[in-house]
Amino acid sequence: MSQQASRDAYWKANLRVMAICLAIWFFVSFGLGILLVDVLDRFQLFGYPLGFWFAQQGSIYTFLILIFYYAWYMNRLDREHDVHEQ
Amino acid sequence: MELQTLTYVVVGATFALYIGIAIWSRAHSTGDFYVAGKGVHPIANGMATAADWMSAASFISMAGLIAFLGYDGTVYLMGWTGGYVLLALLLAPYLRKYGKFTVPSFIGDRYYSQAARIVAVICLIFISFTYVAGQMRGVGIVFSRFLEVDILTGLLVGMSIVFIYAVLGGMKGITYTQVAQYCVLIFAYTVPAIFISIQLTGNAVPQLGLGSTVAGESTWLLQKLDLVMLDLGFGAYTDGSKAMIDVFCITLALMVGTAGLPHVIVRFFTVPRVVDARRSAGWALLFIAVLYTTAPAVGAMAKLNLLETIWPGGPEAEAMTYDERPDWFRTWENTGLLQFEDRNGDGLIQYYNDANPDYAPIADARGWQGNELHVDRDIIVLANPEIANLPNWVIALVAAGGIAAALSTAAGLLLVISSSISHDLVKSVFAPRLSDKGELLTGRIAAAVAICIAGYLGYNPPGFVAQVVAFAFGLAAASLFPAIIMGIFSTRINREGAIAGMLTGLLFTFGYILWFKGVFFEPIMADVPENWLFGISPEGIGVVGMLLNFAVAFTVSHLTAPPPAHIRELIEDIRVPRGAAEAHAH
Repeated sequence: MSQQASRDAYWKANLRVMAICLAIWFFVSFGLGILLVDVLDRFQLFGYPLGFWFAQQGSIYTFLILIFYYAWYMNRLDREHDVHEQ
Repeated sequence: MELQTLTYVVVGATFALYIGIAIWSRAHSTGDFYVAGKGVHPIANGMATAADWMSAASFISMAGLIAFLGYDGTVYLMGWTGGYVLLALLLAPYLRKYGKFTVPSFIGDRYYSQAARIVAVICLIFISFTYVAGQMRGVGIVFSRFLEVDILTGLLVGMSIVFIYAVLGGMKGITYTQVAQYCVLIFAYTVPAIFISIQLTGNAVPQLGLGSTVAGESTWLLQKLDLVMLDLGFGAYTDGSKAMIDVFCITLALMVGTAGLPHVIVRFFTVPRVVDARRSAGWALLFIAVLYTTAPAVGAMAKLNLLETIWPGGPEAEAMTYDERPDWFRTWENTGLLQFEDRNGDGLIQYYNDANPDYAPIADARGWQGNELHVDRDIIVLANPEIANLPNWVIALVAAGGIAAALSTAAGLLLVISSSISHDLVKSVFAPRLSDKGELLTGRIAAAVAICIAGYLGYNPPGFVAQVVAFAFGLAAASLFPAIIMGIFSTRINREGAIAGMLTGLLFTFGYILWFKGVFFEPIMADVPENWLFGISPEGIGVVGMLLNFAVAFTVSHLTAPPPAHIRELIEDIRVPRGAAEAHAH
């Protein structure tokens, strides 16, 4: 594979994982925390109404997991496509 | 030791620490001054970013805001954390790879245009000064409240401290003082929160305590809070009252604005490698999340505590008599944060929602003639240690934490202002032959001047300080964020498109906010939901500004010539991590 083709493949793979992460980011914060909050509030997570928990706690934990996952995934991808820093 | 003395000792000790760090980490080159020589460890950078990010408002006001907004407070919790996902995925690694010092220099280079650079500098200065005026005000208020000096003295002390470590140490000095400031502020925030959580629920982790039952009872804490609120004519704590589209837009504007704020972005220029920039955003959010997930617990618990103090037998029984009010009530009455007015002359403190027409018959039947207690939202954090009967050193620590939060943010903002002036205006536009030493000196002078202007704005706040959030975040979301994103992810957006887009976003958002908020003149239209475009408040309008920016940039770019070949090479280059360290050595 030429260097250019490898870099194109790297960029495509990056955009794909980015799109997945951003979809989760959007779904959890705007979807569960705002748009679906009234539906989810019918369920309880211990003393929290579920929608309220996603809005004030769960979304923030999800953001954290997403960032660390993306960093881990990209470090692997960098090596696979030989574009990592030496 | 007496509280006053103890506060002076604790605050004085933290100041000595900051100055010591500043002397130890003096800047020797422009690289040190702008980006700390790109040698900051990602975890240290994460802490510094957290301190940079969390302002006096986050520390003092946010829990109180949430306490009074309930579910609607979500816009701040998600809005001020979700932006880090955008930063980590869309901006930080690429800007680090690009490897220069400032946001305007990226925009100027990517869009091969001095005009674009200057537009970016204008956006940056406008965003940062509105934001810093609020911070300096916060410094003055914290000083005057805890150390009982007047606001001007407080401001001058704060300015001198920032002056020492920002002018001497530049980014390097700021980074390591911010690490220390983070430790001070997070300790000061979580200790009272843990105690209040143990008292109310028996659970030492506030995040879990908020989801627990009230100690010794079988009702959930939030359920109990909802019931008490409803009994007093308020809306349930866990329900919102804002329109969904507005909650949506404000949250998005704050998130995108976060990712577009220059003093946050520039922190990711300071780490050694692209890998570190990605991780560092995660560390930053982790350190921020410690405070941001604790804040809702502090808000709800302090609110319940307050309501139970005022209604010791529950809302059905009689309210507390004014003569038997606790000591902390007296203390905070003196500062004006609690105000009691005995409207029906019965000596009892009736605190309820007198703006709810459905509740009026109940209030009438009980002989109430309006709400009698005014509670300032800042009291939720400030009085928390006293309400929870914590020792004096905790109260002194809260003072030091509030000051740390305000100083760290102010310093970060002042630095991006000074570096964009010395690097992007003086060096790039007016005096390209300036030596590194000359540029460093210019940066220091610019920082000193910026501190004086900020101090002045803090002492004579223009009318719009309260709207700082709407301004700074909306403008960042509508101007800088789209320009940077398109610069990385599109090879087609050109100079003409970017400039037209930035100006459209900036002017639209600025105009909309002025239309409803006035600032320099009377607002043109009342700031009520009926008048808003699509029901979006000025706080959330940055989202529309951002969409306009994207649309205009896209259209104009496709009608004009594509960017030259060397720009496409630049874009290809920033998209892969390899070579970032070489740029560093260079």
